[in-house]
Amino acid sequence: MKKKYLNEAFLLLMAVPILLWSLLPIYHIFLFSISSKDSAFSGALWPDLPTLRNFSYIWKQQHFYLYHFWVQIWNSLWIAVAVGALTLAVASCAAFAISRLKVRGGRTVMNLALFTYFIPAAFLAIPMYKAMGNYGLLNNRWSLVLAMVTLASPYAIWVLKQASDKLPWELDEAARIDGATPLQLFRLVYLPLMTPSMVAIGTYALLLAWNEYLYGYLLLSHERTITLAVALGHFTAADDSPWELLMATGLVYALPPAAIYYAFRRYMVSGLTSGAVKS
Amino acid sequence: MSAIALPQTSPLPPAQRRMTSWQVWGLILIAPYVLVFLAFVLYPVGYGLWLARHPESYVKLFNDPIFFRTVVNTIFFILVAVNLKFLLALWLSGFFTHERVWIRWVSVLFLLPWAVPSIPTIFSIRFMFNPEWGVINSVIFRLTGLDGPNWLNDPHIGLSLAMVTHIWKSLPFWTLILISGRLAIPKEQYEAASVDGATVWQKFKYVTWPSIRTLYLSSTILSMIFTLGDFNSVYLLTGGGPADLTHVLATLGIRYIRLDQVDMAMATIVCALPFVLPLVYFMMKSLSKSDTER
Repeated sequence: MKKKYLNEAFLLLMAVPILLWSLLPIYHIFLFSISSKDSAFSGALWPDLPTLRNFSYIWKQQHFYLYHFWVQIWNSLWIAVAVGALTLAVASCAAFAISRLKVRGGRTVMNLALFTYFIPAAFLAIPMYKAMGNYGLLNNRWSLVLAMVTLASPYAIWVLKQASDKLPWELDEAARIDGATPLQLFRLVYLPLMTPSMVAIGTYALLLAWNEYLYGYLLLSHERTITLAVALGHFTAADDSPWELLMATGLVYALPPAAIYYAFRRYMVSGLTSGAVKS
Repeated sequence: MSAIALPQTSPLPPAQRRMTSWQVWGLILIAPYVLVFLAFVLYPVGYGLWLARHPESYVKLFNDPIFFRTVVNTIFFILVAVNLKFLLALWLSGFFTHERVWIRWVSVLFLLPWAVPSIPTIFSIRFMFNPEWGVINSVIFRLTGLDGPNWLNDPHIGLSLAMVTHIWKSLPFWTLILISGRLAIPKEQYEAASVDGATVWQKFKYVTWPSIRTLYLSSTILSMIFTLGDFNSVYLLTGGGPADLTHVLATLGIRYIRLDQVDMAMATIVCALPFVLPLVYFMMKSLSKSDTER
């Protein structure tokens, strides 16, 4: 009995550092976003006078770094939604062709996609930047959309192919005997059955694009075309930057993906981790 | 894992009866991805390698004093940060598989660093370590009356903190993977071990570890590949400074791009290939093996 209590106490003792470790940097964002600049820079653990003024500055775009806040958050949203939709379209078609239609060369395409997935993103960024320059797409929102679709679709195809391989063949057989065309099979049988994986993959691509910093930083530069992530990077140009505004804007930027993530957590964990690592 | 273990439902009987229109539709449906691959992977990589063809770029790169430092930093980052992260993840996955309601709540909060985008959190960590105004030195001053270290302006501490930031950000994901590995182990094995009077360590050594070893190793390799491309943890925290001493290959390549030295940037990547390709080869092999085993 005594040993059991000791065990519980030990578990509780472990939880304290785990929580501190996970939450401190996030609490620090929250702390800054409700602090005035003086209070934020004083190293206080709680502001003397908590304020929402930072958020009002953001809302009314009342700071040099915030003049284009609404355009930039719109860019982030537009790009994220476009990446989610395009990735789903490209990847579900490819997964269907590889897994169900057994298209010739499908295996090779799958391997090429996997190879792309394994190129570290920061390395692909450099040739991608040059190529986008050659295509004349630099500083155009589409450059970031296409780059992110390129990054997201290999993994999307892989996960969708895995899920699709599990669907029973009898469905295809029955559809073929009934004289269905491949498109009907795709639209009426395949897509409805794949909905859970599609939700997971759409969310994955959307969050990947919303959270991306490096590619946006390279491909977009005009203050009215950049995403909010890139705009946040501009804040730190000087040492006496308005960090309290940076953190408040960061909080606004971080809330939607965190909320989406928690809302779709079940899908994400089961849908994505099964494809992420093979044992 | 679970997706892989399932047997394929039928080994291609419809192949013989396949009509050509099905093949045509297959080609049409796979075409969008092939186009994306050709335009945004094959062409850029080919063009990049063509830009990196001059031997003088490499001579210039090797003569750049920060290049050697960057390679050492990268190796250090890959070996220390990733392995430390996985030891922590292994340990934490044991903690989180205890069945308690409150541990479930802890795990929800523990996932936050992964769910939140990295830009605000890395900037937050960066300001916490600001020597004059940061909360850490302010707490040190209040407790001891002494000035804390000049954290990010010291190359060793700066790189170490970049590793800590990297671990902070990606630890939840890998812990989750290892938790799923641990949960796949049948409970009876642990019960049998308990009946035999096994200690906690013996249970880990003879039951847990043999079951998750493969998962642990392939996750480590995959994480090493991802970590080679981790630009944010270094760039947003130290910017490669002080004096360009904390760069890794990912940030060095981007630095050359910003200096408009594209040939140097590409040469940096070519020099990174000896690190990347063996890891990629290992992953491709283990993936295609598991794909054909089905």
